[in-house]
Amino acid sequence: MIRFEHVTKRFGAKTVLDDVSYEVRKGEVFFIVGPSGTGKSVSLKHMVRLLQPDEGRVVVAGEDISHAPDSALERMRERFGYLFQGGALLAWLSVADNVALPLREKTKMSEEEIHDKVMRTLALVELENDADKMPSEISGGMQKRAGLARAIVRDPEIVLYDEPTSGLDPVMSRHIDRLIADLNNKLGVTSIVVTHDLNSALSIGHRIAMLKGGHIVELSTPEAFRASTNPDVREFMDAQFKIQS
Amino acid sequence: MITREPIFLPPPRGRFEAAGRKCLADLRETGVCTKYLASALWALRLLPASRRMRKESVAQMFVAGIKSLPVITFVAIFTGMILALQLGLELQRYSQELYIGSAVMVSLLREMGPFMTGLILAACVGSSMAAQIGTMSVNDEIAALEIMSIDPVRFLMAPRLAAMIVITPVMSFYTCMMGVLGGGVVGMTQLNINWNQYVQNALEFADLRDLYVGLFKALLFGMIIATTACYEGFSTRNGAVGVGQATRRSVISAFLLILVVGYFVTRLFYNG
Repeated sequence: MIRFEHVTKRFGAKTVLDDVSYEVRKGEVFFIVGPSGTGKSVSLKHMVRLLQPDEGRVVVAGEDISHAPDSALERMRERFGYLFQGGALLAWLSVADNVALPLREKTKMSEEEIHDKVMRTLALVELENDADKMPSEISGGMQKRAGLARAIVRDPEIVLYDEPTSGLDPVMSRHIDRLIADLNNKLGVTSIVVTHDLNSALSIGHRIAMLKGGHIVELSTPEAFRASTNPDVREFMDAQFKIQS
Repeated sequence: MITREPIFLPPPRGRFEAAGRKCLADLRETGVCTKYLASALWALRLLPASRRMRKESVAQMFVAGIKSLPVITFVAIFTGMILALQLGLELQRYSQELYIGSAVMVSLLREMGPFMTGLILAACVGSSMAAQIGTMSVNDEIAALEIMSIDPVRFLMAPRLAAMIVITPVMSFYTCMMGVLGGGVVGMTQLNINWNQYVQNALEFADLRDLYVGLFKALLFGMIIATTACYEGFSTRNGAVGVGQATRRSVISAFLLILVVGYFVTRLFYNG
């Protein structure tokens, strides 16, 4: 579904991704984990061409998104939903209007249909009672959930999550995990999740890639990841589970 | 695409290379800015059919017009008063102070009205537009719009451009009238000119061409303010510091462009 082919990305002298190649399969819940500043979000941004590789290319459903013309890019991006780290809600629109925005702008649905769809989507993230609030009136975690509702309201084929559970309490984090798994199980949505939260990755991920120093140092199933002897993986797992215990 | 990556280049090998790079970068950015303006003008064709665009344009007109009204009124009245006082005192030496009405009216219609309005709106409205869009850029809201396949130029810039195209000429005309009023007050209180004589003299020498050229200038100034503000907003990076820099750049660019374009329009219409 999404294929990285020898992607290299530099920001000045710093090489963030160094000849990275991997493939995310259709219908998969794919996690990208790793220490901060190792190019996890950069990888995600390459998938929707918010960033372009210096070398190599990213192929989405057989089409090269990295070098597609703008007209094709718009069509290719319609496959995606994207949850940004901070939610990226428009400050002057209410939560409901934010979620309704892609429906109003990109579909011919009636206002009644849009309202129904928005309320059903907000119910999925437990925000149906906060629909009329402005983004400034809700917490960071709620903004993130509203951002998630906006990302999935048009039933995209692929959803990209940038730190979906950071800033959320453990109960809500597991709820978001269940939602990601449900979208995958019921609708066959391909999900790519960038996170530090290994609990999420190990419990709902189909495969986990660990990025470090611009390279994929581990790409395996949760079971294999847990049993990995790779020192980078061990260090990352030990650090996280020691803190939790 | 609005969301652009920063360009990293190795350090220049000398002053000439640095100057050359700066020139190329400025040319490239001018091209990008012109492209945004062309896209926004093209998007205005959707205005009659789009309820959201109309609503947003009216909201922007309210911000640019009604909210700027007190400062524009204040500046316009005092500009007219200063003009009348300076001209009146000189003309009084030749017993021609009766003509301050025409002098104030013509200078306001041709130059001062649109120019003052442009500067005030660039400072009040342009800066706030640049700050708002700049904040959206650093909060990934512009990127989010692009991923939803919503064109930020159509969604954000076109309604602001429409509002400025309409409201700047209106406010320019209002500035002229307030300036003439201020001049009249000075004429009556300090130069002993009868109000009716002042108004009659002002209207007698007011040419319709002066009005049209002034309004045309104001329209261009409105486009300049909206375009520089949106361009700087879209180009913002580096958080709160970047928003501050974008706001400052948008005001400076608008001021400079208003001066240059104002000169060339005057030359075009009053060149012999």
